[in-house]
Amino acid sequence: MLDETDRKIIQATQAGLPLTPQPYQAIAEQLGLTADDVMMRLSTMQNSGIIRRIGAVPNHYKLGYRFNGMTVWNIPDEFIDEMGQKVGQLEFVSHCYHRPRHPPEWLYNLFAMVHGKTQEAVDQQIQQISDLLGDYNLGSDVLYSTKILKKTGFRTTARR
Amino acid sequence: MDEIDKKIINALQNGFPICDAPYRQVAVQLGLTEQELIARLKALLDNGVLTRFGPLYNAEQMGGALTLAAVKAPQQRFDEITEIINSFPEVAHNYARSHELNMWFVIATETPEQIRQTVSAIEQQTGLTVYNMPKNKEYFVNLKLEA
Repeated sequence: MLDETDRKIIQATQAGLPLTPQPYQAIAEQLGLTADDVMMRLSTMQNSGIIRRIGAVPNHYKLGYRFNGMTVWNIPDEFIDEMGQKVGQLEFVSHCYHRPRHPPEWLYNLFAMVHGKTQEAVDQQIQQISDLLGDYNLGSDVLYSTKILKKTGFRTTARR
Repeated sequence: MDEIDKKIINALQNGFPICDAPYRQVAVQLGLTEQELIARLKALLDNGVLTRFGPLYNAEQMGGALTLAAVKAPQQRFDEITEIINSFPEVAHNYARSHELNMWFVIATETPEQIRQTVSAIEQQTGLTVYNMPKNKEYFVNLKLEA
């Protein structure tokens, strides 16, 4: 489990890593810890999945991925896990989730995000998902993001 | 953005070492100097090509709660609704999308109870129904995009 020191490290790095030659040393100095302690704790958090990875998050649009589609599918409940696993394994799907329906207006329970530089590229990806789902697909839609209204890192622990 | 920037963006989406001089280690792999890597990374963050660089935390693994929610924002109130929803620090991302449900946002909080509170506060302040869609199951998450 996370202790207070872990939480301080999380808080100090949520906005990003320092852009200095020894970033972990810089965090350690800021928090009154040793660099070894900071590195060890980050490694532990990475191994346990609390940190998904350390790295860069690009703005899709600025990389030319102007077509970011949230594909949504209505899959019979008894097949949702099987189909979710299959769709999640497609190399172009960046996120894949089972989410609750809101009938009658929203019947879709499988969400898969796809990204392309052209409409054709995304259409092809959607077709591949559709082919994979076959008869298990009772209906689908694609919601394209038209604008990023807000994008910040999660601040979960910062408000403690 | 040139070829070197692209190399940096692609490499840094695959992870970053935890060691004394991680920028130097990555720079060597890319055939750059440490200084050049740091300067380019800073520029990519400043001009918004990268939105973040650092540890990506899994809110749920930290004991927090996360949900995806959507509203039908009437076109004439779109900016006002955006402002209200974005004003919540619990709202981490918010996207306009092409659908009757035209605004989709992620809420991240310490506890599931705070998700409920945030959802009802948003409903109260906007007068709109919030369609709350917390994930039942995650099949895959990988946020890599080739530059």
